[in-house]
Amino acid sequence: MRKLFSEQNIEKVRKSVSRRIILLGLGKMTLIGILAWRMRKLQIEDSEKYRLQAEENRINMRLIPPERGLILDTRRKELAVNIGNYKLVITREETSNPKETLVKLSKLIDLDDKEIEKILSNISKISPFVPITIAEHLSWESFSKVVLNLPALPGISPEMGLTRHYKKPTSIAHVVGYVGPVSKKDLEKFDNPDPVLQIPKFQIGKTGVERELEETLRGKASLSKVEVNATGRIIRETERISGFSGATLQLTLDNELQEYAYQRLSGLCASSVLMEVNSGKIMSLSSVPTFDPNQFVLGISQKYWDSLLNNKLRPLSNKAVSGAYPPASTLKMAVALSALESGILSKNETFECPGHFDLGDQRFHCWKKKGGHGKMDLKQAIAQSCDVYFWELARKVGIERIGNTAKSLGLGTKFDLPLSSITQGLMPTKSWKKKKFDQPWRVGDTLNAAVGQGFTLASPLQLAVMTSRIASGKAIEPQLIKSIDGINKIQKEFADLNYNKSSLEIIRNGMFLSVNNAKGTAYKSRIMDEETAMAGKTGTSQVRRISMIERETGVLKNEDLPWEKRDHAIFVAYAPFKNPKYAVAIIIEHGGSGAQAAAPIGRDILLNAFYYNRKSIS
Amino acid sequence: MFIFKNADEGNINFIRKLLFFHWPLAILILATGAFGILMLYSVAGGSMLPWAEPQLIRFIVGFGGMIIIGFIHIDFWRSLTIPAYIGSILLLIAVMFYGEGAGAQRWIDLKVIRLQPSEIMKVTLIMALTLYYSLIPISRKSSPLWLIPPLALIFLPTFLVFSQPDLGTSLLILISGFAVMFLAGVNIWYFIVGAFAGAGLVSAVFLSRNTSWQFLTDYQMGRIDVYLNPSLDPLGAGYHITQSKIALGSGGLSGRGFMQGTQSQLDFLPEKHTDFIFTTLAEEFGYFGSLGLLIIYALMVIFCLLSAAKNQYKFGALLTSGLAVMFFLYFFINMAMVMGLAPVVGVPLPLISWGGSAMLVLLGAFGLIQSAHVHQPRG
Repeated sequence: MRKLFSEQNIEKVRKSVSRRIILLGLGKMTLIGILAWRMRKLQIEDSEKYRLQAEENRINMRLIPPERGLILDTRRKELAVNIGNYKLVITREETSNPKETLVKLSKLIDLDDKEIEKILSNISKISPFVPITIAEHLSWESFSKVVLNLPALPGISPEMGLTRHYKKPTSIAHVVGYVGPVSKKDLEKFDNPDPVLQIPKFQIGKTGVERELEETLRGKASLSKVEVNATGRIIRETERISGFSGATLQLTLDNELQEYAYQRLSGLCASSVLMEVNSGKIMSLSSVPTFDPNQFVLGISQKYWDSLLNNKLRPLSNKAVSGAYPPASTLKMAVALSALESGILSKNETFECPGHFDLGDQRFHCWKKKGGHGKMDLKQAIAQSCDVYFWELARKVGIERIGNTAKSLGLGTKFDLPLSSITQGLMPTKSWKKKKFDQPWRVGDTLNAAVGQGFTLASPLQLAVMTSRIASGKAIEPQLIKSIDGINKIQKEFADLNYNKSSLEIIRNGMFLSVNNAKGTAYKSRIMDEETAMAGKTGTSQVRRISMIERETGVLKNEDLPWEKRDHAIFVAYAPFKNPKYAVAIIIEHGGSGAQAAAPIGRDILLNAFYYNRKSIS
Repeated sequence: MFIFKNADEGNINFIRKLLFFHWPLAILILATGAFGILMLYSVAGGSMLPWAEPQLIRFIVGFGGMIIIGFIHIDFWRSLTIPAYIGSILLLIAVMFYGEGAGAQRWIDLKVIRLQPSEIMKVTLIMALTLYYSLIPISRKSSPLWLIPPLALIFLPTFLVFSQPDLGTSLLILISGFAVMFLAGVNIWYFIVGAFAGAGLVSAVFLSRNTSWQFLTDYQMGRIDVYLNPSLDPLGAGYHITQSKIALGSGGLSGRGFMQGTQSQLDFLPEKHTDFIFTTLAEEFGYFGSLGLLIIYALMVIFCLLSAAKNQYKFGALLTSGLAVMFFLYFFINMAMVMGLAPVVGVPLPLISWGGSAMLVLLGAFGLIQSAHVHQPRG
C-alpha cells in the first residue's frame, strides 16, 4: 500500500486528472461552439424569416365589411336596400353561467333546447372573450324586448349589422336577383378572393344583377390592423385603412311598369320585355311565376326551397332572358326582310295560298287550312300570317340569307346584360346542322325555320330587340344599367342596320295591318287611339307534332289538350306606329294562340307605359 | 489519512481567504444574476413583481451563502459528503409521497421555500463520487468490481428522479455522474462502450413504442416526437419550439430592444419566465445579447476548469471540475432546447430562470468551488 502513495504516483494521478479536465474542457468548448453557430443561424441568417413570423403572430387584420351598393329604378326608387340586422351575441367571460342566461333568453326569443346546446358547445371551443352570434334578423319587437331585459341577461349584448332587403321583392326578383351568405363553392370561383369574403356569412350576389355586378356593388372593406396577444385578445389598433361602400346602381327598369307587367302576367307561366325602341332601355322585364328573394337573404326554409324546385312552372328561371322558344310567326318579318333585301321579292309580288304547300311528296299545311288565304301580297301575308306565302319566299331566299337577316335583328345573339343565364337562342345554319346532327340541310328545314319552328329558338328579350330594330332601323342594344354612382352608362348612338327604308316600311306596314286590319291576326287587340296605335305580330309556336290522323279527324283545340301540350302564345309589338317609342315582346308558355292569349297582354303593357308616362309628366 | 498534499489546516486568515477568493468567477455570477433579474422584470411587462423582486432577494441570499460556503474549509464540506448524499436520497423518496407539482411530483413545500430535492441531488452525487475516488486506491479505479459502488451511487438517484417523472433532470444527474467518473480517470474504453450501449438503449426505447414494455410515458415520447418534427403539432407541443425559434430569430443582430420583444410581451412565448427565458433575452438583446451570455457562461466554465487543473488537492480538483460539468450541462441543454437542437426536457437556464431551488443549489455549488479554490494547497 505504501508504494501506492509515493510522490511519483501522486504526480502521475494528478497529471491524469488534468488531462481528463482538458479533454472534457475541449469537448465543452466544441459544444458551446455548436450553440454559437446555431445562434448565428437563427438570429443572423434566418432572422428576416422569423421577424416576419413574429409580425404575423402579432398583427391581426380585422375587416369591417363595406355597405353594399343600393339598387334603384330609373326614377331612383329603391329596389334593393340595406336594413338593420338586429343580432344578439353572447360573450362567455361576461357571464358566470351561460346556460342559465340562454335559458332565460329563450323565454323572450325563439330559441329551442337544441339551439342552446349548439351555442353552448360552440362557446366552449373558443376564447372566452370572443362573442358569438346567438340570433340574427330579429324583429324590432323581440329585439327591444331583449334589450329591455339586458340587466337580467349577463353576457348577452345587442348588435346591429346590415342585411339586404328587397322592396317589391316578387316583381323584381329575376332582374335584381338576391344575395346570400358566401359559400365555399363561391370562393372557389375567384382566383384571388377579396379577403372580405372570408367574413362568415358575408353576403354576396347569387343571381341577377346582384351577382353579375357583384364587384361594383360590394365596395371595399375597411381594414383595421390590431395588435393581439397569444390568446387573440386585442391590445390596440395600430392602423386603419378605410374602404368604401359599394356603388349605387340605377337600373333602366321602371318599378311601376315592372309591377304592372308582373300583375298582368300573374297566374300564367310567361315572360315579357318592354323596352324603349330608340335607346334600348329595358323598362320592364318580367317572368312569372316568381319567388321572394328576401327569403333567400334570411336563410331559405327547406320547405320553400323544395316548393320552388318542384314547381314545373320553374319560378327560379328568368324566362325573359333564359327561356328559348320557337319564335313561330314572329320570325316572318326576318324572312320578308331578307327576301326584299336580296331582290328576290318585289314590293307587290303576290302568291296564291291554297292552304297547303307541297314539297315533293311532303305536304306542309298553312295554319288556315280550309281554302287557304287566297291571293296574298307581302303586307297581307304578314298581317294574316300566311305560312304558304313565307314558304314560297323561304324556298327562294334560302336559309343562309334568312339566318343572316335574323341575326342582324338580334336573334341568335347573346346580349351583354348583367343578368343570369342569358340564352343565345339559336338561328340554325347548314353547317350548324351538319356539325350537330351530321345530317345535310334539307329544304324542309328551311321551310320550318321560315315560320319560326324547327330548330329556331329565341327569348323574349331577343324578340323585343328584334322589334326595336325593325321599328328603328338601327342596331339597338338592350340596356339595363342607367348609371353607376351617378355616372351615366347608357349607350346613346347605335349603328344603322343598313336596310332599305322602303323594305323596312313594307314590313312595318305589314305589322300595322296585322293589328289594325280587320283580317289581321291581332285585330281584336288593336289600340284605337291613333296617337298610340301599335304595329305587331302574333306567333303561335307548336310544341307537338300534328299527325296525319289528327288532320283527318280535325286538329284538337288547345283547350282540349293537356297544359304542357298546348301551343306557346307569342306577341311582339311596338307603338306608336308613326313615331315608335316602346317595343314589347311576350311569350306565354302553353298559353294557346298568340292572337288570343299574348296580344291583349302586350297591348296592355304598352298602353300602361303610355298612360303612366303621361301621368308622371303631368 | 491525507494522501495528497493536504489543504492548509485553516491556517490562512480571513484576509488571505479574501485574497484567494476567485473574484472573476464571482463577478461573472453576479453579472449573470443581474441579467436574469433584468429579464424577469421585462417578461413581467416592466414590473418587479411577480418575479424580479423575489428573485433578487433569493439571489442576494444565495450569493451571500456562496461567499460563506467559500470561506469554510473544503474538508468540512468533504466530511459532510456522506450525510448529504443520504439526506438527498431520503428527500427524493419523500417527494414521491409528499411531493407536489404539475404532472410530476418534484417539490416539497417547506413553507419557507419550495424545495426541489432533485436539484440538491445533482450536487451531493458529485460530492459522493468525488469522495469515493479520492479514497480508493488509484490502481483500482478502473477495475470492474470498483465500478459497482459509483454506478450504484449514480443510478439510484437517476432512477428516483426519472420516476417523478423528470426526464431532463435525471439525464443531467446521469451525465454529471459519468463525467465525474471520467474525470477521475476511469478507463476511457468503458465510456466508449457505454456510449454505444446508450445508443442501443435509445433505439430500444424507440422500438419499445406501443409495446407492453414501453419505457417512456406517452407524454415523454410525444415530446421527443415533436422535437424531431415540430410541425407535427404546431399549436400544441410543437408550439413551444416554434414560438421560441420565432422569438430568437426575430431578435436579429441587435435585438428588438429592452421590453420591446413582441413574442414575449404578447405572451406568445410559453414558460417565458422559467425554462424559455433565454428566448426573451435573445429576442430583446439579439445576437449580441445571446452570444454575450454564452461567452459569460463559457468563461465561467473555463475559470472553474483552470482552477481545478491547478488544484493539487484531488478532492477539490475533482469536485470543481465535476460541478463545472453540471453547470455546463444546465445551460447547454437549456439553450440547445430553446434553439430546437434538443427536446424540450425542462431544464432551467442557470442563474437566470425563475425558480428558487435551482438557483440556490447552483450558488451553493459555486460556494463549494470557491471553497476548493480558496483552500487549495499553495506552495
